Amino acid sequence: MLFLPPAVLLFTLFVVMPAGEAGWYSAFNWNGFGRPTRWIGLDNYRYVFENRAFGIALWNNVLVIAVSLVVQLPLALTLAVILAERFRGAVALRLVFFLPYILAEIATGMIFSFVYDGNYGLLTAIWGWFGAEAPHLLASPATAMPAILVVIVWKYFGFHMMLFIAALQGMDRGVIEAARIDGATGWQLQRHVVLPLLYPTIRLSIFFVVVGSLQLFDLVMPLTRGGPADASHTIVSFLYTFGVMRMRVGFGSAVGVILFVICATFAFTYKRWFMRDE
Amino acid sequence: MSITRRVLFAAAALALPAHIAAAETVVKWLHIEANPVQVKIWEEVAHDFEAKNPGVKIEMSFLENEAYKAKAPTLLQSKERPHIIYSWAGGVLRSQVEAGVLEDITAGVGDFKAHLSPAAVNAFTVNGRLYGLPYTVSQVGFMYNKELFAKAGVDGSKIAAWDDLMDAVRKLKAANVTPIVVGGADKWPLHFYWTNLAVRIGGQGGFQAALKGENGGFEGPVFQRSGEMFKQLVDLQPFQTGFLGFKNPQAVGYFGDGKAAMILAISSFYHTQRALAADKVGLSDDKVGWFNFPTVPGGKGDPADTLGGMNGWLVTKGAPKEAVAFIKFFTSEEVQKRLAAGNYIIPTYQGAESGLGSAFMRNIAHNIAVSKYHQNFYDQDLGPNVGRVVNDVTAEIAGGTMTPKAAAKAIQDAYVQGN
Repeated sequence: MLFLPPAVLLFTLFVVMPAGEAGWYSAFNWNGFGRPTRWIGLDNYRYVFENRAFGIALWNNVLVIAVSLVVQLPLALTLAVILAERFRGAVALRLVFFLPYILAEIATGMIFSFVYDGNYGLLTAIWGWFGAEAPHLLASPATAMPAILVVIVWKYFGFHMMLFIAALQGMDRGVIEAARIDGATGWQLQRHVVLPLLYPTIRLSIFFVVVGSLQLFDLVMPLTRGGPADASHTIVSFLYTFGVMRMRVGFGSAVGVILFVICATFAFTYKRWFMRDE
Repeated sequence: MSITRRVLFAAAALALPAHIAAAETVVKWLHIEANPVQVKIWEEVAHDFEAKNPGVKIEMSFLENEAYKAKAPTLLQSKERPHIIYSWAGGVLRSQVEAGVLEDITAGVGDFKAHLSPAAVNAFTVNGRLYGLPYTVSQVGFMYNKELFAKAGVDGSKIAAWDDLMDAVRKLKAANVTPIVVGGADKWPLHFYWTNLAVRIGGQGGFQAALKGENGGFEGPVFQRSGEMFKQLVDLQPFQTGFLGFKNPQAVGYFGDGKAAMILAISSFYHTQRALAADKVGLSDDKVGWFNFPTVPGGKGDPADTLGGMNGWLVTKGAPKEAVAFIKFFTSEEVQKRLAAGNYIIPTYQGAESGLGSAFMRNIAHNIAVSKYHQNFYDQDLGPNVGRVVNDVTAEIAGGTMTPKAAAKAIQDAYVQGN
């Protein structure tokens, strides 16, 4: 009981109060000057949901999660199973795959904006070898988001791979030996023994994927700033572009509240339904 | 470059206490100028002022353009606010005045304002009170590459009407020249097309009526037609490949490299195209031409009407009176002539434009002088939110994701919602 007050105080000061303030501001049409006075009730929320770019942003966040689940996690898992074994070069390969994760997001975004550049980029050069004219990936609403998704997979698969490797190496070898003695071979062993033992780690990975998607901002800004034609916004870049940069504090607060509700709902239900054993 | 300068500023800030001990008054001046050549001249102006006013110290600091816009509301309401800030006038200025963070300098400036261009002074006047002094104006129009025009057999000096422009685009394309370069990723370079068309089609009356909500406001025929005509141009595919991914500096550099025949430019690009060109030299004076935005058949706007910026300095609440003295000095004949001689600005001090060194800049100054309706940039004039919606929807028309009708409606919706 003695240790509770400091924690509660900090939580109130830095979480509850800002969240409450955002909720309060979201009911005003306010540009950040003076005190908010123009009460408009829930109109800001209506404006948010009517905004075409918000729908795109929400959809892009879902897309990031989907691609992470379908492409990134299986890739990370496969590499982890291979690299968890001890052989020459395994450690070096682990390091190589993990390196992109260490790189700062802004730096990654800048690097890939050069790679993708339709006039001077690396991709343009590769296209040139085949005598084709390179597409300007980041300049077309249809290809900008897929291009960002590639960067996301590239950047974060190493992180998930490391999680899986750690889990694999912490695994009780006895169980695997026992399965071998019982006659389980290659695929059977992986599918029915190793994979079930990895479930807790996979659940953790999925948690990181979703939270990472909801936070995604610093990779998008240097690459496309949410463009072209708002095709590659995420919720946070939408909040920044339409709330902060346009001095619409009320509107931005409404987006913040929506994001908060999504995060809180996800965190609690996920913990309750999928991670209750841990 | 800007990092180096920031380090220098930080170093200067560390060295400051020694100066403060000697100086009685410190005037804090926040600017957003990123061109080192120009910053150097401003530093000289500050030193001159200090020399003439012993006991006053001008302390310069820099914020990047977008960072400044994002930070301004918080900065202006803090106790540490700078005394002199940059402004584009328009809607942002009005909301700053409403918030009470600016100093009314009507009395401090007094009769001096009579020396400055009335239209520009008017832009810095809210409810009959003066809040800042304009130091430069600019015009938006087409800058063109004379060599590339000659290659395609187009005469830039003959382009006066919209159809002339469309013809020129077709001829340039036929000659395998990229007709127009635009920094579509920044959106505002695209909004120049739509807003210039609105100036030509509706004139001053059209804009005033829309502000009052008459004739359907920004959803009315003037603005729908602006979108439709812009769409006609877009349909010719006049822009460089990947134009929606180009930021403005890249686009200006592209023009400076001689890779595209035209750019719908702010007159100050005359300078920036050199600095941003790959070889840092850009196009020389004899290769660059200028024609005003073409007229539109049946348009209500006067052909002499112009669209452009009006930039100046504001004095914040509680600033020392020396701040007003400094911006008066900055807009004085002596300083304005000096800036004009280097072709850095179109001065606002009447008569100082005679000091402009280049024919190009003298032409711009003349255009603005004879214009009876100089429309401020829409994205400034309409305030931070509505203005940016104009940018959004014009970029969408250019990208083919929105119809001109829906675009006009989106602007009107935003205008009704307010800033």
